Amino acid sequence: MNWRKSMFKASPWLTTISFFLIWEILCRLLKVPPFVLPAPSQAVAALIEFWPGIWLNASHTLLTTLLGFGIAVIFGVALGVAVGASPLLYGALNPLLIGFNSIPKVAVVPILVLWFGIGTPPAVITAFLVAFFPISVNVATGIATTEPELEDVLRSLGASKFDVLYRVGLPRSLPYFFASLKIAITLAFVGSVISETVASNQGIGYLMMAASSTFRVPLVFAALFVIAAMGIGMHAIAALFERRHTRWAVRTLDRSNFAAEG
Amino acid sequence: MATAQSPEHSKRSPFVIVEDASLLYQGEQGVLALEHFDLSIMQGEFSAVVGPSGCGKSTLMKLISGLSRPTAGRVVVGDAEVKAPLKNVGMAFQNPALLPWRTALENLLLPLQVVRPHRERFRVQRARYVEQARMLLTKVGLAGVENRYPWELSGGMQQRVSLCRALIHNPQILLLDEPFGALDAFTREELWDTLQTLWQEQRFTVLLVTHDLTEAVYLADTAHVISTRPGRVIYGCKVELPRPRGSEIRYTPAFVEYVHELRAHIGRARDLL
Repeated sequence: MNWRKSMFKASPWLTTISFFLIWEILCRLLKVPPFVLPAPSQAVAALIEFWPGIWLNASHTLLTTLLGFGIAVIFGVALGVAVGASPLLYGALNPLLIGFNSIPKVAVVPILVLWFGIGTPPAVITAFLVAFFPISVNVATGIATTEPELEDVLRSLGASKFDVLYRVGLPRSLPYFFASLKIAITLAFVGSVISETVASNQGIGYLMMAASSTFRVPLVFAALFVIAAMGIGMHAIAALFERRHTRWAVRTLDRSNFAAEG
Repeated sequence: MATAQSPEHSKRSPFVIVEDASLLYQGEQGVLALEHFDLSIMQGEFSAVVGPSGCGKSTLMKLISGLSRPTAGRVVVGDAEVKAPLKNVGMAFQNPALLPWRTALENLLLPLQVVRPHRERFRVQRARYVEQARMLLTKVGLAGVENRYPWELSGGMQQRVSLCRALIHNPQILLLDEPFGALDAFTREELWDTLQTLWQEQRFTVLLVTHDLTEAVYLADTAHVISTRPGRVIYGCKVELPRPRGSEIRYTPAFVEYVHELRAHIGRARDLL
């Protein structure tokens, strides 16, 4: 019983450590040159060696990402509520939204550079563009799947459309919203780093480009590690929010954990 | 005693009148759900409607509550023709449809936050409304679980909360769409008695839609049989059994006779198919 519980807790650490361990061993056994694939230890060495520069660029990327993500949350929720509450709007905007989401955002960056110049603005906008879609879709789904019975109950109490939205639609879309935050925050990193890679002279994406152009591949990997770590950290914060605010929706998870304990 | 035929009862005009109503659902084929439908319910009457599945029983509820408009004919509730959704109806369905983020008590407060004039008073008089909700929960045997969430309650308990939610605001009419359909037999019988007790105390006007004949005879003053689509009332009878009705009454010849009679007409309704 307790063994299973600690197994659940330890499993993410075990898999992650094993992953790096196997990587390290393979690199050493096969004598892979560091400019092809550096061992994790070499990447970590580079991380320590270039830490001040990495930190400077990473914090810049973090701010860029959070800014884009913040705009995506505001815009995404507004769009999601509008589309979820109005079937007409849903039908009207659906093709445009799907079409827009299918465009690789890396293709949009040059246009953004034309409009806003090189640097932070295109990165913020790219992060926003990648991140708002899942938020909108999830919020809209949460609202649009309100049980028809519940809507009947409320409408025959004299409730307006807004009442139904406020009392039922919005609360029930909260778990969908928080779930989408976890996806959106990681996507926002992808967006800002892509933009920095293509057109910037700051940020972790720029650092990677600069490092790879001089074949300092361990530094490239060190930067990748930092991005991954920031992504995990933000994801964890989003997950924490989710558990705090929508306990009623994650109860099945609690129960299965409970069952695993018992 | 609630034999629905007390003298002053029969003189009054009905509270709910459905008159020659038809409803055609728009669509590719255009389903005719109800046709030339006539039904009336007295103030304070417990009326039941039974029929084979797909006979438009739920459509009838939508018509009376004003959520759907008849394509022909008319619906009157109180003194006025129903032209828009009514604003003070109680509804319960087979699916309890509770809000999972609200406790049992908070679920009961929902209608009071929506229905006028309660909604304007709700903030100021919250304590009074909470007390009212607690009393109702106690009455249906849910004392002590007010603060549990729906998923922490059994199916029968959820349905009790759903029933209370339909009644807390003293609705002008209570519409029940197979509310006990998904419960096990014992729980169902318990809830029949709960509903009967509440009705005897408060005498609200009820329309119960069901396919359980025993349920209809046990609870109702008047039972109607509806034909298959397009639905029409093909039989109606007064159930003249003394109240309160207890479980033993279901085995009396008079009760069985009522059930047989309804069953025979349902059989006819299906043959018409």
